[in-house]
Amino acid sequence: MIFGPTPSQTVGPFFAIGLPFDGGAHAAPGDVPGAITISGAVLDGAGEPVHDALVETWQADPWGRFVDLHGWGGRSDLEGFLGFARVATDENGNYVVVTVKPGPTPGPGGGAQAPHIDVSVFARGLLHRCVTRIYFADEEELNAADRVLGTVPEARRGTLLARPTDGGYRFDIRLQGPGETVFFDP
Amino acid sequence: MAEVTARTRSPYAPVTDTPARYAREPAGTHPALDHAPYKSTALRHPKRPLVHLPHTVTEVTGPQLRRLAGDQDNNLLVHHGGEPIGERIVVSGRVLDTEGKPLRETLVEIWQANAAGRYRHRADRWPAPLDPNFSGAGRCVTDEEGRYRFLTIKPGPYPWGNHYNAWRPAHIHFSLLGRAFAQRLVTQMYFPGDQLFPYDPIFNSVRDESARQRMICRFSIARTEPSWATAYEFDVYLRGPAATPFEGAL
Repeated sequence: MIFGPTPSQTVGPFFAIGLPFDGGAHAAPGDVPGAITISGAVLDGAGEPVHDALVETWQADPWGRFVDLHGWGGRSDLEGFLGFARVATDENGNYVVVTVKPGPTPGPGGGAQAPHIDVSVFARGLLHRCVTRIYFADEEELNAADRVLGTVPEARRGTLLARPTDGGYRFDIRLQGPGETVFFDP
Repeated sequence: MAEVTARTRSPYAPVTDTPARYAREPAGTHPALDHAPYKSTALRHPKRPLVHLPHTVTEVTGPQLRRLAGDQDNNLLVHHGGEPIGERIVVSGRVLDTEGKPLRETLVEIWQANAAGRYRHRADRWPAPLDPNFSGAGRCVTDEEGRYRFLTIKPGPYPWGNHYNAWRPAHIHFSLLGRAFAQRLVTQMYFPGDQLFPYDPIFNSVRDESARQRMICRFSIARTEPSWATAYEFDVYLRGPAATPFEGAL
């Protein structure tokens, strides 16, 4: 390292004038086969909704490909797939992302990673983003073999599991307190 | 869903300029999430220890949102019928990694208060005037040398409710995507010599003095536009590659 990294600062309460964009809730178009919603609430240590949070998600397509600068893994066959969503929570602390379930991807030590979505949470009062991962409760076999999930204390793994609901999954993010979501040092 | 996931994956393409892993950043670079002087952190910071995240393909790739930056989106002076009020400034610089390598074609987003220190946001209610000619948000994409450039108005300081007589030093919010999820950064750019620095818990949440200095832009006579606008330079350093292949491994 030659230069020191620029430090993080909070997004503050007014990011909505700059960061949200049209279609930002869509990591994938809503009309592609396998389209799902992932929705939930961001909650603080008192269990109160965080109405001024920003949630960003990043993921592979169902074949494990990423729409990054180089099209990692090859070009996605999924028309309009971006793999990225950015949504602000509403007055009740809720967010909704439209996407598809990602496929398995290569993981540390040569094994496969279970389908997962990387998440950054930003808010007033968060001086640095909080990073978590969404795994899927209905992927028990792949989850059991996932080495990242395996490093999370067993009692807390459930906080990383999105649970099936009508048309998609529910994933709440508890910043603090009982049931606090597992956050990673990215 | 089962049908699509069952399809064979294509062979993974080589990735040319994305490092296998990113360097872990020195302690004190970023603020602690628990920072009592900034009251909003109290109920929002996680209390359980963070879990180490190895850099897998999900972390070393990242979204490309170049399309979000329209032609005039880096010029915050021209989006309304008239000229915004205040001190016109050029804010330019480079987005680099900590090895000094420029990050080309990456999205830079900014948002800020107007010259009176008021944001065009429904929740900003302090009695300073809104400027009908200023929205306060901009986007641009870095060039081949990692350079970006905005034309805007110097934002004013403003009071906030954190403690008695609390004022935020003038700042512009910056959002950087970099190349990879691991490089994602949101920060604030401050102006040199601000008298409010000693009193601001957000600025001072960065414990390391030299790291704090990296959030302050510098005045640039060279980039000043004669008879038009003063200029400030602000380079942003995102984390670079890990020094060894083993750093950051599980």
